[in-house]
Amino acid sequence: MTRDLNLMERLPMKNNRLRSIYSVPYAAWILLFVLAPIALIVYYSFFDLTGNFTLSNYRNFFTSVYLQLTTSSFWYAFLITLFSLLIAYPTAYFITKTKHKQLWLLLIIIPSWINLLLKTYAFIGLMGLYGPLNALLEVVGIGKQQILFTDFSFVFVSVYIFIPFMILPIFNALDKLNPALIDASRDLGANSWTTFKRVVWPLTINGVKSGIQVVFIPALSLFMITRLIAGNKVITLGTAIEQQFLVTQNWGMGSTIAVFLILFMFIIMLFTTGKERGATGNGKNR
Amino acid sequence: MERIGKLPKLYLAIVFIILYAPIFYLIFYSFNSGGGMSDFESFTWEHYAAVFEDKRLIVIVLNTIIIALLSALLSTTIGVIGALAINFMRNKKMRNAVLSLNNILIVSPDVIIGASFLILFTMIGVKLGFASVLISHIAFSIPIVVIMVLPKLSEMNPTLIDAARDLGATRKDVMTRVILPFIQPGIFAGFFLALTYSLDDFAVTFFVTGNGFSTLSVEIYSMARTGISLTINALSGIIFIVTVALVIGYYALNRKMKAPLAGVKK
Repeated sequence: MTRDLNLMERLPMKNNRLRSIYSVPYAAWILLFVLAPIALIVYYSFFDLTGNFTLSNYRNFFTSVYLQLTTSSFWYAFLITLFSLLIAYPTAYFITKTKHKQLWLLLIIIPSWINLLLKTYAFIGLMGLYGPLNALLEVVGIGKQQILFTDFSFVFVSVYIFIPFMILPIFNALDKLNPALIDASRDLGANSWTTFKRVVWPLTINGVKSGIQVVFIPALSLFMITRLIAGNKVITLGTAIEQQFLVTQNWGMGSTIAVFLILFMFIIMLFTTGKERGATGNGKNR
Repeated sequence: MERIGKLPKLYLAIVFIILYAPIFYLIFYSFNSGGGMSDFESFTWEHYAAVFEDKRLIVIVLNTIIIALLSALLSTTIGVIGALAINFMRNKKMRNAVLSLNNILIVSPDVIIGASFLILFTMIGVKLGFASVLISHIAFSIPIVVIMVLPKLSEMNPTLIDAARDLGATRKDVMTRVILPFIQPGIFAGFFLALTYSLDDFAVTFFVTGNGFSTLSVEIYSMARTGISLTINALSGIIFIVTVALVIGYYALNRKMKAPLAGVKK
């Protein structure tokens, strides 16, 4: 940090005014596209369909319909995060043990660069009534099942989509872990489970936390997968917002739900932002 | 380092199979002469031909690429300016505040970004279409460019600037011949990420696109809602090849230039 300050002082830009002219586009961006949109969302949440000032949107949000929607949205996000973590942690752990770990990691990352819509579309075919998954079930003797448009398909596809985002921060945390610590723990008589519980897990908790952060928040706001895979059976906060904005055209109510989603987002970030900020460098997640 | 046993290997194999199965499944059926994604009849290129014959689809692909290139270019420019401004900020508190503001759009769910931009554009009277989509893509790509460039800036040894000044460089020289070349890998990483964000974005574009203008993601969504069409499969085959080529190219360049590892993106 001090080095930056030095750099700043030494930079031959005596003219402060000129310097601030340079940063105008960036400042304008913050004002227009970071602050103004949030302010507009909050502002619109106080208006009803006819454009009158009202608190009724907030009253509506606390009715059983929306509370139920919020709890079910949280429940699904919880399930998605839990399964992602359960699958991602061992995967990340085993990858750190492989010979060419960076290559394997790259192979984990590549699917996350494939267009999200295409991956989702693939599952429409895979899970369809005549798709390979049902063919497999028939061979096993279970028989055809309705897989698409169920809770299961929704959670499965979401976990599939989010897995790389969970693996990456955990991999980074595990990779940074000094192997001597594990040896030390074993030398001192701890078995593998105790070593994991007392040494590995606490030291990688920040990676886990940022993994949870990059999965849980988007999971709350999914709306494309709910439409294509869950067939409108699952409604998340994101689906509700999309519905209000683009279908019912009730921007007031949509904004109110968005206000709560933003609040939840800040609360989740409060809990999942580790003191050491190192593990959060995992790019953007959407 | 201890080698991994059989069970972990099996576990990793299953994870990798599940990760790649849907993608290869899509590509496999893109060669199916039958109509659907279940019974493979015989090999054909006809769906690929259909992609190239579909004028509307070609226009959409071109739109998507133009939006991606333009937004990446502009967001990189503004992002670099932002990173320089943040880096040279005297007040530490102020600096942290600006950094937090910068990161808001990175963590915000897409729905929120899309909905709030929709309100914004309607309010200030930007017509929904090319302009609104382009502006949104620039807006949500700027913070990631800043994040990619900042570490490079703080890595830079300040004596470099002193040396340049002592040797008689002007302010402009210092910027164009010392600072910018030094942070170039960061700029490159930022540009690349911005490009892929734009190419992949669905949710924000879906909100601000209006009628008449469409990008590839939005088009695939509306095609997928009406059911299975093997044209999408063929398209995904092409996109997969392009994506893998881009990623490999990027990592190769990355290695050469030692840019910060960009990480996962969606």
